[in-house]
Amino acid sequence: MAESSKVDKGRRKFFIQILQGLGLAALGGSIWGGYVAEAKHDEIVLRPPGAVPEEEFIRKCIKCGLCVEACKNRENNPDETKQTATLRLAAPGDHRPKEEGKYIYPKEVPVGTPYFVPREIPCYMCEDIPCVPPCPTGALDPELVSSVKDGKKVLDINKARMGVAVVDAENCIAYWGLQCDACYRACPLIDEAIKLELRRNPRTGRHAFLLPVVYPDVCTGCGLCELACVTEKPAIFVLPRNIALGRVGKHYVKGWEKQDEQRLKGSKGIQKTITPKSEKSPEEYLNVEDLLDEE
Amino acid sequence: MKNNILYKHRFLIGRRIVQISILLLYIAGNIYGWKILQGNLSSSKILDVIPMADPYAVLQLFVAGSLLATDVLIGALIVLLFYSLIGGRAFCSWVCPINMVTDFANWLRMKTGLHREEWQLRISRKTRYWVLGLSLVVSFIIAAPAFEFISPISMLHRGLIFGMGFGWVAVGGVFLFDLFVTKNGWCGHVCPLGGFYSLITKPSAIRVKHDADKCTLCMNCKNVCPEKQVLWMIGKESVIVSSGECINCGRCIEVCNDDALNFSFRYKPQKEEKEDA
Repeated sequence: MAESSKVDKGRRKFFIQILQGLGLAALGGSIWGGYVAEAKHDEIVLRPPGAVPEEEFIRKCIKCGLCVEACKNRENNPDETKQTATLRLAAPGDHRPKEEGKYIYPKEVPVGTPYFVPREIPCYMCEDIPCVPPCPTGALDPELVSSVKDGKKVLDINKARMGVAVVDAENCIAYWGLQCDACYRACPLIDEAIKLELRRNPRTGRHAFLLPVVYPDVCTGCGLCELACVTEKPAIFVLPRNIALGRVGKHYVKGWEKQDEQRLKGSKGIQKTITPKSEKSPEEYLNVEDLLDEE
Repeated sequence: MKNNILYKHRFLIGRRIVQISILLLYIAGNIYGWKILQGNLSSSKILDVIPMADPYAVLQLFVAGSLLATDVLIGALIVLLFYSLIGGRAFCSWVCPINMVTDFANWLRMKTGLHREEWQLRISRKTRYWVLGLSLVVSFIIAAPAFEFISPISMLHRGLIFGMGFGWVAVGGVFLFDLFVTKNGWCGHVCPLGGFYSLITKPSAIRVKHDADKCTLCMNCKNVCPEKQVLWMIGKESVIVSSGECINCGRCIEVCNDDALNFSFRYKPQKEEKEDA
């Protein structure tokens, strides 16, 4: 009896330690996890060309900065001293703007990942896209910025979709009727990504509005327009595409596109709806039913 | 010659030269576009050809759920094989920039008399394995490389190359922790990268070897060693230091006045082994 009630202290200590360890790990893990979840969640940040979607980008980017170095040391860097470059590697605290209100900074850039702020230095859309091939992990995917030319796969910067330019019509002076086409002329895809729409100005009756209109299908999000904009705070600016653009969904079929209706073939979801017809004759319906009831 | 101050610090000087040159080559890779070493310790390229990557970072990315390009996988394999088969945990003492920070903290600790046993916070040396495991769990849950977000190692290294921002805070934290809380606190107890290398470098060839016949039990080596648990054999047995936790810094060799400790190769041809014995 005395023997069985003897407490095995080593055993007890072992279990207590296991529990303490698990408790500490759970505490540490949730704080750590919470911090990382917070830090990685910023939707406003602009990534280099060829970047895979943001969630996947965070998973893949190893934060080596090879893209940043390639961007900085490219031959056609407008900054000939090569001390600055479009891409930068996020350091802690980078989201704090140097001058309040002047720049759009990401709220919090996941530390160590590459991004750019077009208002300071936009992407100059180098044709050889120096930043993409050095990426070792596939966070920048050459496939996304390649097209087939003469049977060969070549890098094509025009396929980049870093973001999309958005015009604030309220504060764009061209919408006031002043003549300004700074963004239009700055655009590397002039007349494709930004076109000027001509409209009569009813205020003066004479002059025309020359309104910049962005075509999101073509716009790469390089931000040259944003840099060129003459207003104090640019009225055209680049936002990540998932923020600036809507999404229609796949259930709309465009009847005016030749192939689109093919999608309906073999579809199980769509069938002819049959409304059961009334069995009464029209005469009976008119004479017997109390039509006035409904009023 | 043997008491020459340079000779007495030959590995320390060697390590600083290696650490600083690697750092400078990385910095020049960014500032001047030199191709000798580009990128940073997370992933880099030698001479624009040979890829290298931090295998622990790659492991986190993998656990976070990404299929990675072959470049980084080859790079991680190269680094992994080098340290696990040859260099041991030499990354920590010969490459890692935090090593200079923690060594400085340690030096200050000793000089200022801050180091007193009763002032130390007791942390298990096994904590790093918990942190290592935890980093993988968190990486999996959050779908992002968890340690890479808070790593003072990459923050310092990346900061020196690309701009520091508030990265100083993390580095300063490590410094203060090592200075005031625990001796060799970060590298010897907490750092999961160190823990990772401890686990994978067990088979490595370059090893410190102890000669018990020459040992006079002065214990200088144990006092100076940042991972003193690996030196359990001092004065007892003539064996190599086989623990993966040894960082191959060579400090024990420098301080030993009796030539009882030296670097050696573990997988020597049989003949020499017999001669030694």
